[in-house]
Amino acid sequence: MKTISPANEILPPDFEEINYDELVERVDYDFGLSRRSFVKVLGAGLLIAVTIPALAQEEAARRGGGGGGGGARNLGARIHIGKDGTITVLTGKVEGGQGARAELSQAAAEELGVSLSSVQMLMADTGAVPDDGGTYGSMTTPRTVPLVRRGAAAARNLLMEFASQQWKVERNTIQMRDGKIFDAAGKRSLTYGDLANSDAAAKLFEQAIPADVELTSVKEWKVLGVPALRPNARDIATGAHKFPSDIARPGMIYAKILRAPAYGAKLVSIDLTPAKAMKDVVVVQDDQFVGVAAPNSSRAEDALKKISDTAKWETVPQPSSKELFDYLKQNAQGGAPANPYADEPAGAKTARQTYHVPYIQHAPLEPRAAVAEWSDGKLTVWTGSQNPFAVRSELARAFHLPPENVRVVIPDFGGGFGGKHSGECAVEAARLAKTADKPVSLRWTREEEFTWAYFRPAAVIDAEASLDAQGKITTWHFININSGAQAVDTPYTVGKKNCHYVASKPPLRQSSYRALASTANNFAREVFMDEIAAAAGTDPLEFRLAHLENPRLRAVLERAAKEFDWPARVKKKAPNISVGLACGTEKGSFVAACVEVEIDRKENKIRVTRVCQAFECGKILNPANLLSQVQGGIIMGLGAALREEMQFENGQITNASFGKYRVPRFDDLPELDVHLVDRPDLPSAGAGETPIIVIAPAVANAVFRATGKSVNALPVRLAAT
Amino acid sequence: MDTKISFTLNGKPRTVTTDPDRSLLEVLREDLQLTGTKFGCGEGQCRACTVLVNGVSKASCITSIGDVDKQEVVTIEGLANGDKLHPVQEAFLAEDAFQCGYCTAGMIVGVVGALKQNPAASEPEVMAQMQKHICRCCSYTKYKTAIHRAMAQNGKAHA
Ligand code: FES
Ligand code: FES
Repeated sequence: MKTISPANEILPPDFEEINYDELVERVDYDFGLSRRSFVKVLGAGLLIAVTIPALAQEEAARRGGGGGGGGARNLGARIHIGKDGTITVLTGKVEGGQGARAELSQAAAEELGVSLSSVQMLMADTGAVPDDGGTYGSMTTPRTVPLVRRGAAAARNLLMEFASQQWKVERNTIQMRDGKIFDAAGKRSLTYGDLANSDAAAKLFEQAIPADVELTSVKEWKVLGVPALRPNARDIATGAHKFPSDIARPGMIYAKILRAPAYGAKLVSIDLTPAKAMKDVVVVQDDQFVGVAAPNSSRAEDALKKISDTAKWETVPQPSSKELFDYLKQNAQGGAPANPYADEPAGAKTARQTYHVPYIQHAPLEPRAAVAEWSDGKLTVWTGSQNPFAVRSELARAFHLPPENVRVVIPDFGGGFGGKHSGECAVEAARLAKTADKPVSLRWTREEEFTWAYFRPAAVIDAEASLDAQGKITTWHFININSGAQAVDTPYTVGKKNCHYVASKPPLRQSSYRALASTANNFAREVFMDEIAAAAGTDPLEFRLAHLENPRLRAVLERAAKEFDWPARVKKKAPNISVGLACGTEKGSFVAACVEVEIDRKENKIRVTRVCQAFECGKILNPANLLSQVQGGIIMGLGAALREEMQFENGQITNASFGKYRVPRFDDLPELDVHLVDRPDLPSAGAGETPIIVIAPAVANAVFRATGKSVNALPVRLAAT
Repeated sequence: MDTKISFTLNGKPRTVTTDPDRSLLEVLREDLQLTGTKFGCGEGQCRACTVLVNGVSKASCITSIGDVDKQEVVTIEGLANGDKLHPVQEAFLAEDAFQCGYCTAGMIVGVVGALKQNPAASEPEVMAQMQKHICRCCSYTKYKTAIHRAMAQNGKAHA
């Protein structure tokens, strides 16, 4: 197995690095040498010299480790050209439906000067690809696309150089056409295959990718900027594509894991004999971990049922969703900060509100799945995760293996939305496979996914503001408790501001979600803006524009308002029909939406009938996929706005099914009017996340306008009358 | 108790000897290596597992293998005719309908089933059937256009 050393690929300038690993609460599996035994070893005064560095590494790995994204060490690690001319681009990015496979193919094809279909992508196989970091934070577009383009441009330059030497002509007389290069007369031609067959090729591809390699300018793009379909779309439509849960290996058996009946419950005792007595059933207990594997899932389920009936558990009290917000507030680290401007000479008006955002779940349609296989002490795992190298670290750590003895392969998988950064399912499958000495497939059930995967953090947000006589915001106090710092600052111009995130003690396992905490922060801020606009007696659009300088954010807001015909719509009085708007920026892209809602007071129902969204993320790379991402983000946002909410009691999720946790379906589809603003003069930003952040607040604002009652919680509900 | 179950699968006779209570989905995926049909919930709520039983679309996760004894089952793998895709597959590809694609097989089989059951079905009637299907990537807009396209073609075929 090839190891990839920390690389020297240079990141694009001004790239803001966010350590998402910090946001992942990993399941701390530890098989074999336990941490306690490490301490024992150290305590006995033995092996200190060798153990301390090892322990330090362990700790680093535990904190996230891997997936840091060093990139490609040399050109050969990024681009491989076969002797038959096949071009393969290697990347640590994954495809979970967000469009990286098409976009990175475009990036490579553009710079190589070849057609889109002649580029193959090898994605997310830690045994073969460079560590491009996890696939999150909308980073593929601003970060990996430039790296792939540079690698491809460097390869193209090598081909040009090769031809110039072969033909003894000046480089500038050589032309590239249809994936080949030609001499000035158009008589002689060479291909990438010819380059690969040359004696010098291996050496040339060992070079580092130069940071200053010249890239094709936007004006000359032929492949980038043009709609590109997913390269393996046909396999999806025929059912041929193998998702992680479809991977099969010779002799593979199927696993089930014993889950605690409640969060925090400890296994006191269990009788494994009923399962062990079953034919062809493998049973493993390793401290708190208990799992079974059998030739088919039903048999494994039967075996698990038999032993789980004998399990004795010790439970501890757990907070419930009813008391969630009080609990988060009480446990705010250092207490919830007070408004520092409270004593200042009062402005003309003050406003104050507390917002509640519940736990929700990504609920990707493919639940966590993994196949693990051991061979000669080395481990290979196929799984669905957004962070292949971090999963490798997780496995290496759990089984005390050097990372190079672990290979993680991520086939294109069934959705993540920030919910699949971790590798617990892979670790569980590997633990069973180790004892079974056979490949093991573990596929979480929907209930397991709803219970044991992680959640978008809940939030309590305190907002206070004061306005002067002219209706300008003079002070702004905005505190997010528990969910995170993304978009906690306001994009509006205000006199003085105090915007912070304060950690709390989360009762549920929580981590990333599409756009992270900016969903919560943007919701609270934009809803609060409407409340103070109303207090100032100003139209919400006017009020925002009066406080908004950022030209890109203004542009999308004005565009959405114009397309929606906001000024006229807002005046139109129709019973039970209302409109609302919101805007925001996150991860370098800008978004605004106007929505129309229908309110059925008798049925106590809110229906969103129209969404008009303007979105700008710099130069558009793949308009077809961008449209899918924006439309998908809007509809997913409607779920969080109107229905989604984890309910829990006594350490159990009480709505852990699609029957009880209602996600958007076809009949929730409003009329969508999406405006993608292309800015060829600006670098491209990612687009999988930001479109979602304005949906909940725009819906809430429409309901506020209709009812005159503050909306201060998600999901939005009609106040009891 | 293992039982012998014989049925037609994608046009060919198949026999399995297994516990008749196992789900059709599990047997398709684990015993017959037809993994195109997906598990999304296991309780009839998402329709990622849709197959046709005697031409009618069914959630294979809540259909037992015993129930399809002597019946005719079609999965996503059985829709194309050699290299020629089914028109509904073509329509979904043409509209770039899906994102992660995990719900796609179920969606396609669902539409094929709705049109098989009633070739003269109106678009709202088909959409009412599709209400049972979840796409968590929320690619519903493009799916709807794809269904519209498939139905327009179907209309031509039946004209
Ligand atoms: S898996 Fe059958 S309906 Fe969800
Ligand atoms: S495309 Fe991902 S679930 Fe539908």
